[in-house]
Amino acid sequence: MSTMEGYNFAYLDEQTKRMIRRALLKAVAIPGHQIPFGSREMPLPYGWGTGGIQVTAAVLGPQDVLKVIDQGADDTTNAVSIRRFFARTAGVATTTDTSAASVIQTRHRIPEKPLREDQIIVYQVPQPEPLSRLEPSRAETRRMHALAEYGLMHVKLYEDITRFGHVAISYDYPVMVNGRHLMAPSPIPAFDNPKMHQMAALQLFGAGREKRLYAIPPYTSVVSLDFDDHPFRTTRAPHACGLCGATDSYLDEVVTDDQGGRLYVCSDTDHCETRREAGHTGSESPLQEAAQ
Amino acid sequence: MTTGTDLPGFADPVLDAQSAFRAVLAALSCPGSIHDAGAGLTPPASLAPATAAVLLALVDGETSLAIAPTLQPAAGWIAFHCGPEIATTTLAGFVLAEALPNLAALDTGSDEVPERAATVILQVAALGSGASYTLAGPGLQHPTKFAVNGLPVDFAARWTANRALYPRGIDLILCAGGRLAALPRSVTVGEG
Ligand SMILES: [Zn+2]
Repeated sequence: MSTMEGYNFAYLDEQTKRMIRRALLKAVAIPGHQIPFGSREMPLPYGWGTGGIQVTAAVLGPQDVLKVIDQGADDTTNAVSIRRFFARTAGVATTTDTSAASVIQTRHRIPEKPLREDQIIVYQVPQPEPLSRLEPSRAETRRMHALAEYGLMHVKLYEDITRFGHVAISYDYPVMVNGRHLMAPSPIPAFDNPKMHQMAALQLFGAGREKRLYAIPPYTSVVSLDFDDHPFRTTRAPHACGLCGATDSYLDEVVTDDQGGRLYVCSDTDHCETRREAGHTGSESPLQEAAQ
Repeated sequence: MTTGTDLPGFADPVLDAQSAFRAVLAALSCPGSIHDAGAGLTPPASLAPATAAVLLALVDGETSLAIAPTLQPAAGWIAFHCGPEIATTTLAGFVLAEALPNLAALDTGSDEVPERAATVILQVAALGSGASYTLAGPGLQHPTKFAVNGLPVDFAARWTANRALYPRGIDLILCAGGRLAALPRSVTVGEG
């Protein structure tokens, strides 16, 4: 095996992995419930997804193929560092191709391509407690989860509707999992929330600084909180991707010059590349420009 | 009576533990699905390879384990390779048995700390044959048939009582030979 000399497989020692694995199994048995774990120091700073990295390290084996995305992209410094970390410490194969991956670690996005039963997605979570901004006390939020007492969140959402005409949450939009536990989906855009519902893949969540992990098994109900008179709606920029022409993907706005030029492109870079390879084009495609 | 300490654990403690964990993770993620575990293990005669693999992968000095009387011949091997704190059935984090214990008498956790609830590792005669049940719940796209040889005749009723405690409740890992399956507390079990 081509792992770096002197390292434990996937960096963590075996006792730590067993501790995280036991917590993960309980997390799968209680979908959406946060479980404390003895988060370890990792050779990457908090904010680099140390919770997600520890979950991935506890799960990963030599047969896995790992993909790491940051805001949808495989090529950011963060994504490249994490991918290299596991290639070095676990000797696993890595990929940018969503369909070729068995484990996908992500920050801030869910791939556009629907995931399969034989895949696991690991989310990096900065704040696992969906009630943290409404109730600072850990003891109190734990009690609210125990009683499924989520009126405070409904009040907050309804205040938004009264004040703005809609719920003013565009990221980390709270979800109800398996009809029982209120859960923070991590800072993915609300656009991605519907992908979590009845997803075929196992979803695991790790928060390093807050020392919590949680999970959603495959084919589990994940409902974004809403009201009968104000149903949950996803929004996306009203444009087609400038590179591949997609009208249903989540878009990033890219400033192209200092004249205020803007380009909307798929945030999921693998999705965009796969579409372009299949011959799809957008308004800014080189071919399109040549034709003009 | 052999203590079993002369019998080895995992040939590759790191990779074999990972592989056994993934089998249990997949089993809990899809209740009733059957997975290989413990290939190549030569545990004491009273333990199936899958049972031994689950113990080696999950049980250690940070956990407590209750061992049912019929599996006591394996206690020496478990102490040597896993080293758990031995606890009574009512307090243990893991309960190892061949006959389903009274689930209500185990630690079912609390509403605030439901994850404290015990995991029962139950060694049964066979998976995929025997009494048939219909499973539904998280992990299952559609209600699914599951057959086990080795559960009590009133299992569905006993599980329904366990399910009623949710989010408290016992999680069950079933082992037979070199295969395992699992029933998380979230699953509902019907007869037939
Ligand atoms: Zn595109």
